[in-house]
Amino acid sequence: MSAVVPTDAVQAAWIALDVLTDPEIPVVSLRELGILRDVRLGADGLEVVITPTYSGCPAMGQIEDDVRATLQAAGLQGRVITQLAPAWTTDWMTDEAQEKLRAYGIAPPQNRCASHPPTGESPLRFVRQAARPEVVPCPHCGSSHTVESSHFGSTACKALYKCLDCQEPFDYFKPY
Amino acid sequence: MSAIANYLLHLADNAVVLGQRNAEWCGHGPVIEEDIALANVSLDLIGQARMLYQQAATELGGDATEDRLAYFRDVPDFRNYTLLELPHHGALVGYAKSDLDYGTTIARNFLYSALMVLVWEQLQQSKDEQLAAIAAKSLKEVRYHLRHSRDWLVRLGDGTDESHVRVQAALDHLMPYTQEFWTGSSMEAAAVAAGVGVDVAALKSDWDQLVDDALLEATLQRPKGEGYVTQGKNGLHSEHLGFLLSEMQGLARSHPTATW
Repeated sequence: MSAVVPTDAVQAAWIALDVLTDPEIPVVSLRELGILRDVRLGADGLEVVITPTYSGCPAMGQIEDDVRATLQAAGLQGRVITQLAPAWTTDWMTDEAQEKLRAYGIAPPQNRCASHPPTGESPLRFVRQAARPEVVPCPHCGSSHTVESSHFGSTACKALYKCLDCQEPFDYFKPY
Repeated sequence: MSAIANYLLHLADNAVVLGQRNAEWCGHGPVIEEDIALANVSLDLIGQARMLYQQAATELGGDATEDRLAYFRDVPDFRNYTLLELPHHGALVGYAKSDLDYGTTIARNFLYSALMVLVWEQLQQSKDEQLAAIAAKSLKEVRYHLRHSRDWLVRLGDGTDESHVRVQAALDHLMPYTQEFWTGSSMEAAAVAAGVGVDVAALKSDWDQLVDDALLEATLQRPKGEGYVTQGKNGLHSEHLGFLLSEMQGLARSHPTATW
């Protein structure tokens, strides 16, 4: 592709792609989830960089197709690049996205992700980290009186919880 | 075949074979939560296998693709640990669905996840950038698999008389197969020499610690794990892998040009 891409194509692409939501969680955008990493001008034109969430997440194919179709609909030419590093983490989720999840009935991740970068400094631990039970507030009534009923839920990224006060079951977006 | 391609296939075959095995529980889980859990674990493993096969295909070049590597290689070409291809039951029972034993499934997932947490941690420093990136992703997933299988190991071990006896029997049956982890191979040595692989034998004391801690909590005895050392990673497999592959590869081989 040799066509000159105007520099504001990047801006136009960001705006067009901002409407794209996760196929499984239609209330949060790909940008807010941290799946849409970058839109830039490469040697061959517009490049949209996305990163997979869980290795086997079946939504990734759909997301790639959605990005392509959206670019096309906006009259933009570009290619989609899937980049693995740095690995996606729920730490990238915006506060806005967390609030939207909660309103949708999914408890957002409570802790910062446990994993650390492979290089660089990390805190030295003098005591062994005990299995610290996560307190996950109920997205319906706000109670902290909840229990995990299953490690795995309706999608790879969620666990199943139950509120002991309002008795409602709910999904929990696991820190990853 | 290059050292890196060989090594990627070893890691990919491990993931795809255990992913396929665990998927046998889909629709047959002991409770619905565990049915979903095992399907999710399989999804992660097959996702990891896909990334690894894609990278192996890039290394191999020619007409190699992830699908050709997964569906069109035969038993002696697979480099997975023998442990991962065994059916979900002890040595002397058949293949009926009613023979599926959850204790065996949990014990195997625990033994393998405890290893892979350590392996992926190290592989984040692999000289192969793509493998390092896959390791960083896989580590997050396998940590969760370890948490799941360890929880159930404790629940079954420290559970009823029957669950204790059955999960102990599963451990007794499976532990000898873990010797294969620590026994070197030319495939792994070449990957370590090239700076892309990890020296698994050096991880044994950390693995022992993970296993011993969990067994103590689960009130289970650690079997000695002696005897014949299996050689799945060298392409010498048990009789079980052929059955697993024929189910996994049958569709792709019957309809080699089919697309979704």
